[in-house]
Amino acid sequence: MISREWTVNAALALALLAAAIAAEAAGQVFYITLATRIAILGLAATGLNLALGLGGLVSFGHAVFFGIGGYAAGILGSHAFSGDPMIFGLEGSNSMPLIWLVAALAAAVAGVVIGVISIRTSGVYFIMITLAFAQMLYYFAISWPAYGGEDGLSIFVRNAFPGMNTMKPLSFFLISFGALMAGIAILAVLRGSRFGSALDVVRQNEVRAAAVGINPFPVKLTAFVLSAMITAVAGALYADLNRFVSPSMMSWHMSGELIVLIILGGTGRLFGPMAGAALFVLIEHNLGELTERWQFFLGLILLVTVLFARGGVLGFLAGKVRHG
Amino acid sequence: MTAALAIEQLLNGLQLGVMLFLMAAGLTLIFGVMGLINLAHGSLYMVGAFACAAVASLTGSFWLGLIASLAAAAAAGAIIEVLVIRRLYSRDHLDQVLATFALILIFSEGTRWVFGSFPLYLNIPSILQGAVSLPGGVQYPAYRLAVIAAGGLIALGLAALITRTRLGIRIRAGENDREMIGALGVDIRTLYTVVFALGAALAGLAGALVGALQSVQVGMGEPVLILAFVVIVIGGIGSIKGAFLAALLVGVVDTMGRFLLPHLLATVLPPSEAGTIGGSASSMLIYIMMAFILAFRPRGLFAA
Repeated sequence: MISREWTVNAALALALLAAAIAAEAAGQVFYITLATRIAILGLAATGLNLALGLGGLVSFGHAVFFGIGGYAAGILGSHAFSGDPMIFGLEGSNSMPLIWLVAALAAAVAGVVIGVISIRTSGVYFIMITLAFAQMLYYFAISWPAYGGEDGLSIFVRNAFPGMNTMKPLSFFLISFGALMAGIAILAVLRGSRFGSALDVVRQNEVRAAAVGINPFPVKLTAFVLSAMITAVAGALYADLNRFVSPSMMSWHMSGELIVLIILGGTGRLFGPMAGAALFVLIEHNLGELTERWQFFLGLILLVTVLFARGGVLGFLAGKVRHG
Repeated sequence: MTAALAIEQLLNGLQLGVMLFLMAAGLTLIFGVMGLINLAHGSLYMVGAFACAAVASLTGSFWLGLIASLAAAAAAGAIIEVLVIRRLYSRDHLDQVLATFALILIFSEGTRWVFGSFPLYLNIPSILQGAVSLPGGVQYPAYRLAVIAAGGLIALGLAALITRTRLGIRIRAGENDREMIGALGVDIRTLYTVVFALGAALAGLAGALVGALQSVQVGMGEPVLILAFVVIVIGGIGSIKGAFLAALLVGVVDTMGRFLLPHLLATVLPPSEAGTIGGSASSMLIYIMMAFILAFRPRGLFAA
């Protein structure tokens, strides 16, 4: 049976795709870029949704994985462009699939280190320790001059994807959109698996999970690391979209924004992050045209959403989450 | 590297430490009593600094500015407590993070609206200008010394408030069992507003005091807020004593790390690399320290 939520999900995905294609037909490159931004931010928040929505791990430092992905694209791409070898004489690369792999692996390493220490704590300590780790790497990126330091690193030519011209806005949108759909599909598969059920139990009640023989720690750590990997791939795409990567991708504002996307869209819903990203980018764009004080009004909208409209966009469109 | 320079850096570390304590005390009280994580605490710090700078430039008196900073931050704190924060006590931490994140956006953009994008400057009062000679031949700015002393006095005053007064008894009771003190007839809503305004006033005062050392600008509260989080996590959330010791520890380790690490590395590395690596490593030092402490004591040094 097709539920109301899936109808809404399909409509949202098709609307984004249609918007980009319509913009291409109308020759409005700017709107393709907006749609691409929605897809990429949606993917980053989808990654976080695995930890935060499904696992209940309120990571306030996920921007660090977004930034790691961005720097993977920037560093590999710039070495491929200049031809200089990296450390250990490794070659750079401008192939997106390879860059995504490197981004995901680097984020996995960072995710294991951060996760092993952070997941020992819970509640407000977890929020703050993830924030602190993100700040640590943020300051590292700022003070490390090899790849631009505070000024960031420009990517002169967008990295390549086999069989597509990534410099064409619609092609790059389709790659990003495909990545978003793949990310959402991974979450859907994980949620329906034995692992997903275990994660759900751990989120609801760790003591009961332990009592039925599920050790909460590895389940939470796995969710955290997988979540970091997905967000890192989004970071690599984001760097390619802007053809620029800077420490601000790792700032705590970015971490906050990723959480905001999930809440605007609807926590723990598969298409929530995408809906939230769409709403966020549209608010930013439309309010930004009306007033340069748009952040003030974004703050008000966010405040009202948190205080009075817990379900976000999907809660509004598709009704409350069914428990069970 | 001379001893005088090291002493100066140590004092700078103490000065950072006491300012962090003023921030952290409010955060940890608010968390301890109301169970609320308040990201907007940095905005209250900024409100204090702007109020002080505005009043000082209108009246010409830094001291009136300091009073204004306390009043403005306490008032801003009380207003957001009544309008917003009060609705968040029963919510989970995620909602609290988001709502107070939204408050940061509103405060930052609102301040930019009122005062413009350019930083304001706050002059050090004339009586505290110049340097003081300390034993050992150290010349140290009088204002910074006064800030250290003021921070120490406020810490003592806060300790007395919490251990000796009726309000303090209620605050401690609220930390232990909020339903019970409500049942005993204490007006818990007013108590929460008072605690929040008290924390806000301390943050505003810190903003004003630091504002005279740096420039007063939008966003000035955010780096301090994050350091204050590190402080209360290391100290154990809810513990004032923990916050005080952790604030001094963080202030001194951060300042001394920035000063000593490049020197230490220079003994084994060429100078330019020592400067680079030392700079990167020292900006990460307190976070590494926090990770270590939490790895062994996941609830901080003085968990309540």
